[in-house]
Amino acid sequence: MLRTLYQYISPQSLSWLVIAFPLAGAVINGLHSLVTARLKKHTSHFLTSLVGCLFPILSFVIVCTLFITLIGFPTPTMNTPPLFTWIFSNHLTIDFGLKFDQLSLVMGMVVTGVGSLIHIYSMGYMGHDEGYTRYFCYLNLFLTFMLILVLADSLLLLFVGWEGVGLCSYLLIGFWFEDEEKAKAGKKAFIVNRIGDAGFLLGMFLIYTTLVSAQLPAGETEFRFFNIDVIRNYSAFLMPFATPICLLLFLGACGKSAQIPLYVWLPDAMAGPTPVSALIHAATMVTAGVYMVARLNFLYVLSPVALSTVAWVGAATALFAATIGLVQNDIKKVLAYSTISQLGYMFLALGVGAFSAAIFHLMTHAFFKALLFLGSGSVIHAMGGEQDIRNYGGLKDKLPITAWTFVVGALAIAGIFPFAGFFSKDAILWHAFHNGHTALWLMGFIGAGLTAFYMFRLVGMTFFGQPQMGVSKWNKVHESPPSMALVLIFLGVLSLVGGWVGIPEVFGGADRFHYWLAPVFGKSVVHETIEGSHASEIILTVVSFLWVLHFAILAWVMYAQRREGPVKLAERLQLVYKTLLNKYWVDEIYNFVFIRPIRFVSEKFLWNVVDAKVIDGCGVHGTGHMVLLWNRLITMAQTGVVQQYLFFFVVGAVLLIWKFVF
Amino acid sequence: MITLNHYLILAALLFCIGVFGVLVRRNLLIIFMSIELMLSSVNLVFISFARYLNSMDGHVWVFMVLTVAAAEAAVGLGILVALFRNKPTLYVDEVKNLRG
Repeated sequence: MLRTLYQYISPQSLSWLVIAFPLAGAVINGLHSLVTARLKKHTSHFLTSLVGCLFPILSFVIVCTLFITLIGFPTPTMNTPPLFTWIFSNHLTIDFGLKFDQLSLVMGMVVTGVGSLIHIYSMGYMGHDEGYTRYFCYLNLFLTFMLILVLADSLLLLFVGWEGVGLCSYLLIGFWFEDEEKAKAGKKAFIVNRIGDAGFLLGMFLIYTTLVSAQLPAGETEFRFFNIDVIRNYSAFLMPFATPICLLLFLGACGKSAQIPLYVWLPDAMAGPTPVSALIHAATMVTAGVYMVARLNFLYVLSPVALSTVAWVGAATALFAATIGLVQNDIKKVLAYSTISQLGYMFLALGVGAFSAAIFHLMTHAFFKALLFLGSGSVIHAMGGEQDIRNYGGLKDKLPITAWTFVVGALAIAGIFPFAGFFSKDAILWHAFHNGHTALWLMGFIGAGLTAFYMFRLVGMTFFGQPQMGVSKWNKVHESPPSMALVLIFLGVLSLVGGWVGIPEVFGGADRFHYWLAPVFGKSVVHETIEGSHASEIILTVVSFLWVLHFAILAWVMYAQRREGPVKLAERLQLVYKTLLNKYWVDEIYNFVFIRPIRFVSEKFLWNVVDAKVIDGCGVHGTGHMVLLWNRLITMAQTGVVQQYLFFFVVGAVLLIWKFVF
Repeated sequence: MITLNHYLILAALLFCIGVFGVLVRRNLLIIFMSIELMLSSVNLVFISFARYLNSMDGHVWVFMVLTVAAAEAAVGLGILVALFRNKPTLYVDEVKNLRG
């Protein structure tokens, strides 16, 4: 029997387990939650944790197995035979199939690896929550959709994952939905994402119509117009429409990855539980836009306009969000703006054609941003829900593990040698500079300094300096349980060594990450091997390293040592400070320009006129009134007086005779 | 000279009076009498045509109609008595139990 089972084990069949495991976890915990709610019992804590954490880990193991299997081949790529044909029509065929290549393997390992760690962390963080089982159900469901997103072999399947993670994000932001603010934040995220998704859909339609009218050889593609390989092979046909297609798809990426102008949902999304912020709104889901653009790199290189749009939007977002992050006082809000800013860096990299640098930064960012969010969760947990950093201070004595791992994360995101962020951010800035985009490089360079500044402001105010809370509160502060602390240490190590896979050649590394991804980006990348550039690369690297280091030390001194300084500075630069503190009033402007007019029209016209008068008045009630009216007319004839009936009968008879005789 | 048409017109007039009586009179007994009048007018038509066509068929049918009329009167009066027992009136417009 074992032998027959063994026959069925192949990389192709194993690959489905990657998705099946988290899905099974979601289904089991979902049923568990529903059944216990029906029976009015408490859910089993042990079963929930076991199912919720084991299945993601199993999924991670499978991805690693596939990775190890596939690197044995000359080309480590694999397209699974479709599980089933989803859509089959005259002009379109869509299979449910998975695609494993260098890019999706990296993404798959990041998603399942970081995902599993965050699941384990959640056991400690969410342990006392009423909705523990529901939480794990959502989290596993999120992992399922995220894996569908990164492993999909067609654009439509990618979109399924794309919408699925949006749904899970909505459910988890509004996880504590009794609080109306939190429920509203979930709604906001969902609605802002819809705007981007409309662009994504239009882009897909444009690809479809272009490929249909191009009359491809039918036998070869079998109308699989959304299959990524088909689009790639026939991308020449998309040339005339490359700019609109790429810009529309990028609109989708802007929504999902929180770029200007659709970034407003991400800071509000911090209403969700902190591990959710770490997993969904920092490490994985928000990078889906970056992944999508990198996946469709062969389309983007066809359109210089689209690429430079991506680069400029990315650079602008990186700088813009970093400035807001400088003055925020909510620990999670600072991290949220930092996430937006780092995503901006990834788009900057994509825009200047450094696709592998973008994915590299995506990976390292997943490590250190997950670490920072989980660290902030640990602080919030210890402080009993307090999120304002002005009330922290000196916590390193009470929370040593959290503090030092947080510092590691801060060093990594600031780009201090030899932490992960140093290599990835440096790769981005170097590519921007080297490919001739000096203005973009300068924006990224300034943004990097600001990143170092706000991160060490956060570190200084939270963990160093004098405690800013009462003694009774200070005594209650306690280090997190081992499940949380271990995850922090693990991610701290990853934040240190994660960047070492991509040490550039100038520093004696092999730039392995770049060469690993090179086949995916193929022709899209011109890898520079000009000898003379090494000197300038070293100079730039050293300059930016000193630049961020100086900002990091400055912030640490300002906020950890003398706290009066920043307050005075804020008073002197009141206008700037107010603008930044109120996030440039973007939410207010959006509210005034878009939300209020739409609400006004909806309320006064769509609701009160169209819905209440036309649909309800004429349609629903009108039908009922019509029936009643006829009913009244007909009952008038039904008097019960036999002679009247007879009268009608006689009239009828006379008429009939009249008709037959004359 | 009295022709067939005179008889037929007389029969038609009688029939119309009968119909009119059924439709407008309230008293159930008079309605019955009006129905008898209609039947009689039909009989008159039968007889007239039998005479005109020199055929006995019309006579046979007259006997048939007379028999049916007698039976109908018996049943009708039975209904009338039953109605009167339930509701002490003979006016049909006061019997409106079928009103919808």
